[in-house]
Amino acid sequence: MSYANLYEVPGPRGIRRNRVLGAAIALALLAVAYVVYVRFDEKDQWAAEKWTPLLRADVWTTFILPGLAGTLMAAVAGVVLAGVFGLVFAAARLSEHRWVRVPAGAVVEFFRAVPLLLLIFFAFFGSYVLIGVNISAFTAVVFGLTVYNGSVIAEIIRAGVLSLPRGQSEAAYAVGMRKSQVMRLVLLPQALRAMLPAVVSQFIVLLKDSALGLIVGYDELVDRGLNGIAANFSNVIPAAIVIAAIFILINLSLDRLAHWLNDRRSAGAR
Amino acid sequence: MNALLSEWSTITLAFWMTVKLAAVSAIGSLVLGTLLTAMRVAPLATLRGAAGTYVTVARNTPLTLVLLFTGLGVGANLGVELSSDIATNNFWLATIGLTVYTSAFVCEALRSGINTVPVGQAEAARSLGLGFVKTLALITLPQAFRAVIAPLGSILIALTKNTTIALVVGVSEASVRMREMIETYGDQVLQIFFGFALGFVVLCLPTGLLFGWLSRRLAVAR
Repeated sequence: MSYANLYEVPGPRGIRRNRVLGAAIALALLAVAYVVYVRFDEKDQWAAEKWTPLLRADVWTTFILPGLAGTLMAAVAGVVLAGVFGLVFAAARLSEHRWVRVPAGAVVEFFRAVPLLLLIFFAFFGSYVLIGVNISAFTAVVFGLTVYNGSVIAEIIRAGVLSLPRGQSEAAYAVGMRKSQVMRLVLLPQALRAMLPAVVSQFIVLLKDSALGLIVGYDELVDRGLNGIAANFSNVIPAAIVIAAIFILINLSLDRLAHWLNDRRSAGAR
Repeated sequence: MNALLSEWSTITLAFWMTVKLAAVSAIGSLVLGTLLTAMRVAPLATLRGAAGTYVTVARNTPLTLVLLFTGLGVGANLGVELSSDIATNNFWLATIGLTVYTSAFVCEALRSGINTVPVGQAEAARSLGLGFVKTLALITLPQAFRAVIAPLGSILIALTKNTTIALVVGVSEASVRMREMIETYGDQVLQIFFGFALGFVVLCLPTGLLFGWLSRRLAVAR
């Protein structure tokens, strides 16, 4: 998207002025970056011994890769379960029966309003009293990710179904399908396709949220990568930069995927 | 119910911290987010690039990591001191982390708001002789704001819920209090959880309704 309509196309003088301004701003930004650099340097955060550990194979195999595996395991489990949860509750909220629709709506609205961390704490610290066993940090994290993101996905899918033309379900009923068939074979597949980019964006949120696991002691990437490495080499800043880069890389790929799905869908609709 | 009643005063204190965190970070994010939006549509490639990079980085990094970075990295490691009192210092570090993260989402929302303003609006402003800054500040942004009030409400609600993560920089807000209470009153887990959950529903529900009402009331008629 270009915003060139917000300003005149600069003439020769404008171009010159913009160049000077651009250079001045670039210098100002560089100055800020330099101040940050110097402050980090005073604390020796650029010293080689703080960065070289991040290049060592054993640091990757003991900290970063296991942490990444933990993050991805929680995320994949969360995505699958949240997807199922979302489908079930979206269908339930669209039910014709009041006694299905209203409780399903209450569940979805409740889990959307409660902070994820409270849900994880509830599952982790409350499990013994509630079900008689202590659940693992992994289970607690996946539980929280499932019910929270599942509720959001339920709303996304519901909006997708509601946006479909009424003729779709009318035609399905007209050829003799039952209610469950209409939902399963006609409405949900179309709604899912239409809402896929939004669903993928929600999966990015889910992946980022899995980092909350470190608060209940789940070994995921931020915990292993930031706390684990920094405890051994006291290099918080370098470790944080590398961990952030890994997250950004994964999330940007997912974002790219969402865009690609969207383009493919609009190409197919034409 | 006993635990909730006997601990009423500490619970309200914890939620007061939640409200303070959310309010200060909301103002910070709105200001920084608007500035970033202006940078992202500016005629200067340097500004666009800088703001774009900022938004990409902040939006794709987990908030837990952002807050740990402000707490451990900037606070403990670099020794940035915003107040001599540790609790106050942690509070300001948390609001910085929350602002850095949330402003990226404010920027995204506002930019999509700019897309809803018809081209003719800016063209008319330019034909009156207004430059970029005046076109943006007087014509485009006010309309963009009114178009994205509802999404800004969702961002504010998400921010309110996200304040629970401030515990990683040592701010004692609602989630910390809930964990402590579950550990102390183990037999009342359900009541405690629903009590705190209700607290967030009470904070978030009116916010959502207010912003929904505002977005309808202030919508630009086209």
